[in-house]
This record gives sequence, structure tokens and C-alpha cells, in this order.
Amino acid sequence: MTKTETLYVDRIRCDGHGLCAELFPEMIQLDDWGYPIIGSAPIPPSLLAHARRAVASCPVLALHVAHMRTSP
Amino acid sequence: MSDTILWYTTRGAGAVSLLLLTGIMVLGLLARMRFATDRWPRFLSAAVHRDLALMTLVFLGLHIVTAVVDPFTHLGLVAATVPFGSYYRTFWLGLGTISFELMLAIIVTSLLRPRIGARLWRGIHWLAYAAWPLAVFHGFGTGTDAFSLWLLAITVVCVTAVAVAVSWRLVGAPSGPLTADQRAAMAGAAPGPRR
Amino acid sequence: MNSISLLAGPDRASGAEPMRDHLVRLGPMPPSGPVVVDLLERSGLRGCGGAAFPAATKWRAVAAQPDAAPVILVNGAEGEPLSGKDRLLMEIRPHLVLDGAALAAETLGAQEVVLYIGASHSVASEAMARALRERPESERRRTRMVSAPAHYVSGEESAAVHYVNDGVALPTTVPPRPFERGVAGRPTLVQNVETLAHAAMIVRFGAEWFRGLAHDGSVGTALLTISRAGAVQTVVEVPQGLALGDVVGAVCGTSSPPSAILLGGYFGAWVAAGSVPDLPIDPAMLRARGYTLGCGVLAMLPAARCGVVETSRILNYLAGQIARQCGPCVFGLRSIADALHRIAARSSGDDELHRVQRWAGQLAGRGACRHPDGAASLLHSGLAVFADEFALHQQQRRCSVGTITAEAA
Repeated sequence: MTKTETLYVDRIRCDGHGLCAELFPEMIQLDDWGYPIIGSAPIPPSLLAHARRAVASCPVLALHVAHMRTSP
Repeated sequence: MSDTILWYTTRGAGAVSLLLLTGIMVLGLLARMRFATDRWPRFLSAAVHRDLALMTLVFLGLHIVTAVVDPFTHLGLVAATVPFGSYYRTFWLGLGTISFELMLAIIVTSLLRPRIGARLWRGIHWLAYAAWPLAVFHGFGTGTDAFSLWLLAITVVCVTAVAVAVSWRLVGAPSGPLTADQRAAMAGAAPGPRR
Repeated sequence: MNSISLLAGPDRASGAEPMRDHLVRLGPMPPSGPVVVDLLERSGLRGCGGAAFPAATKWRAVAAQPDAAPVILVNGAEGEPLSGKDRLLMEIRPHLVLDGAALAAETLGAQEVVLYIGASHSVASEAMARALRERPESERRRTRMVSAPAHYVSGEESAAVHYVNDGVALPTTVPPRPFERGVAGRPTLVQNVETLAHAAMIVRFGAEWFRGLAHDGSVGTALLTISRAGAVQTVVEVPQGLALGDVVGAVCGTSSPPSAILLGGYFGAWVAAGSVPDLPIDPAMLRARGYTLGCGVLAMLPAARCGVVETSRILNYLAGQIARQCGPCVFGLRSIADALHRIAARSSGDDELHRVQRWAGQLAGRGACRHPDGAASLLHSGLAVFADEFALHQQQRRCSVGTITAEAA
């Protein structure tokens, strides 16, 4: 069994502040209106720290790291 | 330790604390207004705001400890923790005590933000609008050299900076790609539940 | 296409079938129990509200929730403008729907049943209310009717629960899903009226009977709403697995064939007429081929109407029906609708179509509910099926159909 982490954003809470995209550009870009486009792939372990920093930076706590356990 | 050194340290650390607090207020307002330039990304306002807050704890700690142990003022721990609990300049010192305790509440809730949620955190954070002016009045009322030129200059700079930042907050529009109409369209949406 | 199961029985013109006749024709409901869920599983019944989720799995999920007694939310909102099947079912076979609701309530131990019916479906509401008065006391006591606002999203599962709880028919962030925490915080089964009607038939006549109604590889029947030129024509019941071409042929008869078919409603997709005549009416098979049955809408675009104009009209409607809770939908969908309007009206700016294509790619998965996904699906299919027409409108500012009516506005 492997543990994977992915990004999850609460779309209703999200207000397009955009700090997440500044801190984690590898997996988060902004659309024309400042709202995040989130990569759905698992977060590479080497980038997990950046993901957590982005999560902590959200002014409305909309971004989360979701943990999933997948069977091989 | 020489009494004069203690006294000057108290005053100096207090002044630095006020400057830091002003920086914190201004940066907090910049973050609220989504301020950003090519060289100053949005996250920087929030990050420096937080770092300054932690630094302020150091200087405030120095300010309070040196004041408490100073034999001239006979303050003791009670004065530092109980508002209006000191005999020395009771009222003005009390303002400082309140201000400090509000700051502690803000800092602790910020450190615990993921656990307590955005709503409660934001509610407590509003106390900053009380903590800062209380610190200014405290500085004005407790110092024997309140009207010395350097402290006056520092106070004027601080008040001006916060006044300008607050004015922008009150009359200006947040930066970003959305127009005023677009922001209104989002604001006018029926509130969804926050789970 | 004959009325095989749900629509069998007295003519539609006779209106609501009274309880006495209903029981004489179909027999009484067998007693419920845990075997009901196994039966539903064997039958292969899927939800008929659009998601086509296996019914037994949903019922099991609700049953598996600890403590609190669950709630049954009978979803008759039918917010899709081109759909009329739920309305019809409630109007002429209300007892079949109520049988299904009672079955769910007794099987899952629910003490509350909510009939969530679209506010504009007055005949259906009336019929359901009258039918409810004929039911046994125990059913009447635990059932209440709630009027669903006439919006596209109000039939969405979490929106329905949200409305019943707080009077706001907007989708909510999931998790938790309604089966975990729904009406009054209790596990809630949100099930479409057609699904419940099928369940009421399955429990009487068996899983094998239900499976046997369909073509090979499919199970059961499906209600389809046939529309033409933007107006609902009729509702038919077809065996699942029937080919799309056969349905279109039977409905059109000798009149001129459509140029394109909208399959699945406003969250579905355009299909070029004649391109895939053997496409089976079966939600699982359609999904495997990249389509969706949605709520069973089959809307036909006559050759005299422009696909670009139609697509623009639908996107404009969808943009107006959003919950307005999520930025990407509020701005993305609106910008797309405005740009499409200009393209349809042959007054688009340079690059407008290119911008639409870019925004279209950023729509799916970026809202709290499936609204932007549905709109994106329709948009992509329109851009593909009417590619030539879009190019004509954008580059040469011409329309091959010729007339731009006020519907483009």
C-alpha cells in the first residue's frame, strides 16, 4: 500500500488570493481571473514542503493536502 | 545592573516594539489589499508580517522584563500581567498590558489557525486595531521623556504610516485581475455553507 | 418503442392512476427487508438523475452509516429545461414513485421522507399530493413535500439537501456527501423519482425480469425526453441498449432528419446526426464511449437551425444558472458565454474563438459542483461537432444557415 498526497482546494472558500501559486508554481497556476488551476497528480515527496507552505499561506484556508492510501 | 541602563533598555525596546508593530499593521493591510509588484509577491507581505510579529515578541519581552526588574518603578510581575495592577502610572501602563495581551491572543490564534479555522482566527485578528493604538497611547503616557524629540518623531512616523494604510483599506480597492464589478458579482453570491 | 414498464398501463390522457387501480394492475408491494438491496444489486439498476450511480451501492452506503435514522429525499426537482420525464412520471404514476419511496424508507429504516418537487411542476405536485392522501397513515405521517426552486442546479444532490436544511438551493462542498450527512445532519438517500419507480417494479417482478427488458448487455428501461427545436415533444420509454439511430428514426419518422442531436441535456454532448447510429441508450456504455445519458434528454437540432447559435444559447443559459460560489465558474463560464454570443452573432473580435477554446479547457473540475464540468462537456462537443460552422462564424462572419434569430441574444 502506498500513501499519496494530492492538492485539494475548497472552491467555495477560495477567493483567488493567489499566494498558493506564488509558493508552489510547480503544481498551481492562476487563470485569467486569479483563481488557481491545481494539478491533480500526486505531489512528489521532494515538493511536499512547498505544498505545505502553500497550504499554510492561504488567507482563507481553502487549500489542503489530501492523503490517500492506494493499493498497488 | 545600573538603573539607568535598565531604564533606557525599557524605553528603547518599547520604541522598537512600536516601530515593529507599525510595520506589522502596514504589512497586514497590504496583504488585505492584495498588494503586489513585480519584485514584491503577495506572499511576502504575509510572511514578513508574521516574522515581524515573532520578532516583536523578543523586543516586547525585553521591554517588559527590564521594566519589571527595575527597582525604581517597583512594578513586579503583577503590573506586567494584570491591567491597571501597578501603582506606577496605573492607567497608561495598564493600556500597555492590555495591548500586550491582545497581541498574545492574536499570535497564539495565528499559530493555531489550522486547528481553529479561518472564522475564529479572523475575529481575534481584528483586535489588532485595538492593540496598536493602545500601544501608542501607552508609550505616550508612561514615558518621562514622552515629548522628547526622537520619541515624538517615531510616534509621528508610526501614526502616519498606519493612517495612510488604513485609509487605503477604507477607500481603495484590492489589487488583482478583477474589476470592481467582477468583485461585486462574487460578493453578491448567496453564501454557501462553510463546512 | 412501446410502454414496457413504467409507462405501461392506462393512457397518459387519463392522468394520475389512482391507488386502487395501481394495486389491481401491479399487485401489492412485497414486504421490504435487507434482501431488497441485494435484489437491486442483481438488477443492475442505476440512478436516473444524471450520474447513473448504481442504486444498490447508494442504498448500502446509507445503510452502513451508524446511529441516526436516515432520510429519503425523493428528487423530483427536474431543473433541466429539456427534460419532462420526472414530471410525467409524477403526473401519471405517482403511486409508483411513492411505492419506491416507501420501499427505500422501510428498507433503510428511515422515519422521514421528503418529496422534493420543482416549483414550476404544478400538475406533478398536485398529483403527488393527492396520491399521498391515498397512502396509509404511516406513510403520510412521515412524508412531507418541499417545493424545489426553479433553477438548473436545485436538483443537484447536495443542493437539494442544502435547500431542505437551510432554504438555499446551492451545492455544497463535499465531503461529507448526503449519504453521510444530509437532511438534519442525518444520512440521506437522494434518489431520482424514476429510479424509485424502477425499484418499485423490480421488487414486484424481480431482478431477472428487469434485466430481461433490455437488449443484450444492458438492463432495464429508460425514460427519454424527446425535444425538437428547443421544445419538449414527448417522453418515451425505451429498452436500454436500443440504438440511438433507431430512436431518432422512430421519432422523426418521415419528417426531415436532424443535423445534430443533443444527448443527455445541457450537461450532455452534441452528436452529429448519423455519425454514430449504433450508439446504445445505456448510461454505462455511453460513458465508456465518452458520452453521457444524463437525465435522458434527446434534443434534435433541425437542419434549419444553426448549431453555433444553439450552443451559444445553451451556454448563456448555463452561465445564468450558476450558484455563483466559485470564481472559475462565475468568470470563466460568463466570459465563454459572452464570447460565444458574439461569435454566434457574427461580431466576434479577433482571436475570440481561440480564447473560448483556452477557457473551455480550464472549466472542468474547478467548481464545487459539476456545473462547470457539464457546461464544459457541452461546449467541447459543440466546438467539435460544429467546428466548420464555428470557423465560418469566427473567420468569415457568416452563417451557413443564414438567419440569426433573437435567440442568439
